[in-house]
Amino acid sequence: MGTDYKALKNGGFMRQTQKNNFSLRLKVVGGNLTAEQLVAIAEISKKYGDGYVHLTSRQGVEIPFIKLADVEAVKTELEAGGVNTGVCGPRVRTVTACQGSAICPSGCIDTYPLAVEISNRYFGQELPHKFKFGITGCMNNCLKAEENDLGIKGGYSVELVKENCTLCGVCVKACREGAITKTSEGLEIDKSKCNYCGRCAKSCPFNAWKGESGYLISFGGTFGNLIAKGEQFLPIIRNKEILFKVTDAALNFFAKYAKPSERFRVCIDRAGWDNFKKEMEDICNG
Amino acid sequence: MADYTIDETVDITDVVCPVTFVKAKVALEELEDGQVLSIRLNDGEPVQNVPRSIKEEGHQILKLIDNGDGTYNLVVKRITLEDQT
Ligand code: SF4
Ligand code: SF4
Ligand code: SF4
Repeated sequence: MGTDYKALKNGGFMRQTQKNNFSLRLKVVGGNLTAEQLVAIAEISKKYGDGYVHLTSRQGVEIPFIKLADVEAVKTELEAGGVNTGVCGPRVRTVTACQGSAICPSGCIDTYPLAVEISNRYFGQELPHKFKFGITGCMNNCLKAEENDLGIKGGYSVELVKENCTLCGVCVKACREGAITKTSEGLEIDKSKCNYCGRCAKSCPFNAWKGESGYLISFGGTFGNLIAKGEQFLPIIRNKEILFKVTDAALNFFAKYAKPSERFRVCIDRAGWDNFKKEMEDICNG
Repeated sequence: MADYTIDETVDITDVVCPVTFVKAKVALEELEDGQVLSIRLNDGEPVQNVPRSIKEEGHQILKLIDNGDGTYNLVVKRITLEDQT
């Protein structure tokens, strides 16, 4: 009986150039690992691997040089150490995230809990091809949302609270989109220029902006053989329930219209962006 | 808003980010609580970012004045940490 390389690969064991050696992909959500997990990983890499780990481009951790004979033992020890194996193949992959508002002063959304929620909902789900989620806390886009099949970016929809404004002028300069101008009557805001970055609200010394967190979604990004930037066309989404309706619908669209082994981007290109946009917009409009 | 008198000035147009904020912060720390500092800063990144960093430190920004020559004066009142609620 031969080795089932496909099953091993699906379970995160990636075949190496060296026969019977595997680089084991671990499950990491939102780029965070606990100290206990790191210790377990370090011990396994020393005991079964070559004493080092590789950090992937998408916040993943791999332990190279795991021997075929040790696969089961490694799985058991990982589990005991609170570490799960990752996935490969045509399914939902590691959900990546920047540190977001819990840590970073620029953050507009709390990225880590959202990454956990998305990972719990979709991680490993089988699809026509791989599918990547990435979450970035604000317009600075440290996590590069648009590289992902589905990117989520935090934003603020802002409203001026006129009575608090002293016309100090700080926000006029803080806004990089030139959406705010100071006139003799007060501030003038050109909403068509606003990109929801929230810099006005974050910089105002007098709390004269009401900023409400929201999500900006980009679809169809891919940065491998084919390079394409995810497209953002929906207005900012203010609640998680709608966000999940949209992500559900996007995955359903992919499952329904894609040919086997076709990436989300290619699928949307072929099925037509107009159709796709309409489906997503209908969901947003209830 | 109540008027203010400027107690100290600092020019940060001769340094670049992130030293701009550091220089402003050091100047603020040399003041007494409630004293007012006027910071001269350049257009572009400094005027976009320094006010927010100073706000995040807990000080009270009073005004941003456009000098019309590509520089601005940011007027800040020093607030000590103990006074912040
Ligand atoms: S994207 Fe924004 S919130 Fe996330 S790390 Fe970068 S600056 Fe901070
Ligand atoms: S949210 Fe950003 S783009 Fe919109 S008005 Fe405020 S600073 Fe300008
Ligand atoms: S920063 Fe705040 S107080 Fe100053 S002009 Fe803008 S809204 Fe008004």
